[in-house]
Amino acid sequence: MVLIEKLILQGVQMAAVLLLAPLLVGIARKTKARLLRRQGASLFQPYRELLRLLRKTPVIAENASWLFRGAPCLILAFTWLAASLVPTFTTGLVFGRAVDLIAIVALLASARFLLALAGMDIGTSFGGIGSSREMMISTLAEPAMMMIVFTLALIAGSTQLSVISDYIASTSVGLRVSLGLALVALMIVALAENARIPVDNPATHLELTMVHEAMVLEYSGRHLAMIELAAAVKLLLYVSLISCIFVPWGFAQAGDNWEAYVLAEVFYLGKLAISGGLLALFETSIAKMRVFRVPDFLNVALMMSLLATLLLFVSERF
Amino acid sequence: MSIAALLCCVALLFVLSVMSATTNRLFNASIPVYAACFVLSLIMLWGGIGHLLTSAADMEMVLPIGLAWTGAHFKLDALAAFFLVIVNLGVAAASFYALGYGRHEEAPHRVLPFYPAFIAAMNLVVLAGDAFTFLFAWEFMSLTSWALVMAHHREKENLHAGYVYIVMASFGTFMLLLAFALLAGPHGHYVFSEMRHNPVLSWRAALVLFLALLGAGSKAGIYPLHVWLPLAHPAAPSHVSGLMSGVMTKVAVYGFIRIVFGLLGGSGENGGMAVLTLGGITAVMGVLYALMQHDLKKLLAFSTVENIGIIFIGLGLALVFKTNGQDAFAALAFTAALFHVFNHSLFKSLLFFGAGAVQTAAQTRDMERLGGLIHRMPQTAFVFLVGCAAISALLPFNGFASEWLTFQAIIQGPVPSHWGLKMLVPASGAMLALAAALAAACFVKVYGIVFLGRPRTEKAKNAVETDRFSLTAMFMLALLCLLAGIFPGFVINVLTPTVREMTGAHMPHHAEGLTLVPVSAVRSSYNGLLVFAFMVFSAGLVALLARRLGGGTPRRAPAWDCGFPLEDPQTQYTAESFAQPIRRVFGRSLFRASERVEMPPPGSSAPARLVQESHDAAWEGIYDRISSRVFCVAERMDRFQFLSIRHYLGIVFLSLILLLGVLALWF
Repeated sequence: MVLIEKLILQGVQMAAVLLLAPLLVGIARKTKARLLRRQGASLFQPYRELLRLLRKTPVIAENASWLFRGAPCLILAFTWLAASLVPTFTTGLVFGRAVDLIAIVALLASARFLLALAGMDIGTSFGGIGSSREMMISTLAEPAMMMIVFTLALIAGSTQLSVISDYIASTSVGLRVSLGLALVALMIVALAENARIPVDNPATHLELTMVHEAMVLEYSGRHLAMIELAAAVKLLLYVSLISCIFVPWGFAQAGDNWEAYVLAEVFYLGKLAISGGLLALFETSIAKMRVFRVPDFLNVALMMSLLATLLLFVSERF
Repeated sequence: MSIAALLCCVALLFVLSVMSATTNRLFNASIPVYAACFVLSLIMLWGGIGHLLTSAADMEMVLPIGLAWTGAHFKLDALAAFFLVIVNLGVAAASFYALGYGRHEEAPHRVLPFYPAFIAAMNLVVLAGDAFTFLFAWEFMSLTSWALVMAHHREKENLHAGYVYIVMASFGTFMLLLAFALLAGPHGHYVFSEMRHNPVLSWRAALVLFLALLGAGSKAGIYPLHVWLPLAHPAAPSHVSGLMSGVMTKVAVYGFIRIVFGLLGGSGENGGMAVLTLGGITAVMGVLYALMQHDLKKLLAFSTVENIGIIFIGLGLALVFKTNGQDAFAALAFTAALFHVFNHSLFKSLLFFGAGAVQTAAQTRDMERLGGLIHRMPQTAFVFLVGCAAISALLPFNGFASEWLTFQAIIQGPVPSHWGLKMLVPASGAMLALAAALAAACFVKVYGIVFLGRPRTEKAKNAVETDRFSLTAMFMLALLCLLAGIFPGFVINVLTPTVREMTGAHMPHHAEGLTLVPVSAVRSSYNGLLVFAFMVFSAGLVALLARRLGGGTPRRAPAWDCGFPLEDPQTQYTAESFAQPIRRVFGRSLFRASERVEMPPPGSSAPARLVQESHDAAWEGIYDRISSRVFCVAERMDRFQFLSIRHYLGIVFLSLILLLGVLALWF
C-alpha cells in the first residue's frame, strides 16, 4: 500500500510540474506587462500558445536529420524528469533516492547537449551562433552549479535533495555566509540557464544577441511546442530548486493525510506566484548584457560558490 | 588461467610479428594477423576477467632469461589483472575494427609486423614482476608504437611527431630507470616483491614519486609533458591511435600506480597534493587545448590528456586520504580513478574508430572540410553520438558514473587538516566540474561540425558508410559504454580485489549491482538502471503524447534561417567560429590569445583580415627554450669537429689526466 501511495505521489508530482510550468511563464509575463503599464495577455496565454503550436503541422528543413526530429522529445523528457525529481510539495518522493542533485544537473546537461546539437543540424549560421554561445554560457554556469552542490552537500552532508531540504528545515542551520553566497550564485545560474535577462532575452527575435531563440529557430509545430514546454519546465525546476533549498517549509511529510498534501500544493503555488513576480521585477529593472559581458556576470556566480565551498572546508561553521 | 598460458599468448604475438615481417613482401596478411591478434587478446581478456572475478591468489613465474642472477619475473596480481582486462579489451576491439579498416591501409608492411609486437609489449609491461623486465617491456612498447607512428613517414608532420615522441619516450624511460634504481636500494632488490618489503624513506621516497610522475606521467600525458601525445596519436593509423590513446596511456597509469601505490606504498601529504594539482591542471588545460583544435584526431588526443587529468585527480585524492589513514575514502577515490580508466578506454577507442571511419570515407580529418555526415554515415553517426555523450559525462552513460564517484570522493571525504589541502581539494572539484562542462562544449563542437550541418566539401558530400567489421566493433564499445553506465555497481564489484590490494580497504559490496552507494544511502546514491528506465519511460510518454495531440506528419521545406538562408555551405559555423567565444573567455589569459582586424588603407582593394594569435605556454616556455639551449651548445661544440690530430690527442690526454685526478681525490 505504502509503495502505491508513493507511486501516486510521484505521478502527481510529474503531472504537476508539467501542467504548472506554463502558468509560471504566464505569471512572469503578466507581471512584467503590468510593471510596464501594459494590460498584458491572460495568465493562461502560454497554454493557448502551446496548444496552437501542438496542433499545427511541423515544417522541417529539407536536410534535417533524425537527430533534429528526435531531439525535442528527448529534451522535454530529460527536463521533465529532472523537474519531477525536485521536491515541490513533499520531500518523500520515492525516486528521489535514485537520483541525487549531481544527477539532476547531469540530466539538464544532457538536455542542453541535445539542444545545442539540434541547433547545428540544419547548418544555418543562426543555429551555429546559438549553440556556440549556449555552450560558452554553460561552461561557466555548470561549474558554478556544481560548486553550489558542493556547498549544500558540505552543509547537509548529503547530495540527496530531499535530505538537504529536510536538514535545512529541521535543524537550526541559521543564517550562514556560505548559504547566502550559494543563494546568490544559484540565482545567477538560474537566470543564465533559463535564458532570462540580463543573459539572454526570451522575447527577442531577429537579433544577433539571441542565444536560446537562435538555436530553436528552425523548429515549428509540435517540435517547437515541446521545446517551449521544456524551457518552461526548466524555469519551474530552478524555482522549485531554490524554494526547496532556501525556503524549505510547507512540505507535506510522509504519512500525512490528503488535506495536508493539497495544502502543500497550494503553498507551492504561492511560492511559484511570488517567484514569478520577483523574476519579472528583476527583469524589468535591468538591461540585457552584451554577450561578452555575460562571462563576467557568470564568473561572479562561480567565484561566490567556490568561495562558499572554500569557507566550508576552512570551518564548518561558515 | 595460469600465468604461463598468458605468457604463451604473448610469445605467440611475438611469433606473429616475426612471421608477418618475413611474409609481408609476399602478400597482404592483414586479415590473418588481425584475426590472430583478436583471438589471442580475447584469451588474455578471459584470463584477466577470470582472475578478478574469482579473486584468485597472486601467480608468479620466473623465466631464466633477462638479467643474470635475477631472471625475468612475471607476476599476475589483482592490479595486473585489471589492467590486463583494459589492455586486451581495447586490443580486441581494435583488432576487430582493423579487420575492416586495415584493408584501406596503404602501407600494410609498415603496420602489420609492429602491431602484434606492440600489443605483446603492453601485456608484458602489465605482467612484469621485476624492474628489468618492466623497463625492457616499457621501452619495447615505446619503440614499437614509435614505429607505428612512423608508418606514414613520408608526411612531414609525421616525421616531426615521431621525433618529438622518441625524445619524450626516451626521457620517460630514463626517469623510470632512475626511479627503479632508487627503489632497488644499495642491495639491488630488482624484484617487485623484494622492493615492497624494503621501502625507501624520506627524501628518497619523494624523489621516487617525482621521477614516477615524470616517467609515467610523460607517457600518460600529464601537463606539461603531454606535448608528444597530440602529435603522435593522430599520426598513427586510426586503430593504433585508438590503442595509443585508449590503452597505452592506461599502461602508463598502471606504471604510476604500480610504483607509487604498489612499491612505494603511498606518498606523503605533499606528494598527494602534487598529484592532485597536476591532475586538475591537466584536466582543464587538456580540454581547453582540445577546444581549439580543428583536426579531429588531434582534438581526440587532447581530450585524452583531459581524461588522464581526471584519473590523476582520483589517484591524488586516494594518496591524500591514504596518508591520513582514511582507507575507506582512499578506496572510494581509487575506485573512481580505476572506473574512469576503464570508461575512458572504452569511449576513447570508440571515438578514434569513428574518426578513422570518417577519415576513410571523406579522406580528411580536418573538421573544416567535413559536415553533414549523419546523412551519409547514419550508423557511424549514431555510435559516435554515444561516444560523445559518454565522454561528456551525460546520463545514462559510463562517463557520468565515474565522474560522479570522483565528485563523491571530494564531497564525502573528511575535511583534511592540512591547510593546503583545505584549499586544494575543493579547487580540484572545481577544476573537475569545469573540465566536464568544457568537454561537453568540445564534443558538441566535434559532433556538430563533423556529422551535422551541410557537407563543406565534395568529398564529404560523397562519403559512404564504413564496413561491417568496423561498425560491429564500434557498436560493441557503445553497448559497453551504456552497460557500464547502467550497472556501475557491477563494475565496482569487479574492481574490489584491485582496490583492496592497493589501498587496504574497498567500497561496500553492491549486492544487486544496481545502486551506487559510496558511503551511505542517506548521503548519496545513484541507480543507473532506474535513471535509464525513467529516461526511456518519460521519452516514450512524451513521444506518445506529442503523436496523439500533435497535428499531421511533418512537411519538408527549405531552411528558414530568419528568412535569409544562404546556399553556400561555407556560411555555416565552423569549428574555429564555434570555439571563438570560449577562446575569448579562457584563452586570453591561458594562451595569450588575441584577435585583431587588419583593415586595408582607404582606396586599396586588398581584403580585410581577422588575425588570430595564440601561444602554447608549455611548448614555448619549456620545450622551445630547451631545444634552443641544446642547439646553442651544439653550435659551440661544432668547433671540435674541425681540429687537427694533435688537438684531438691533446684532448684525450687531458681528459685522462682529469679522470685520474678525480680518482686520486675520491679514494
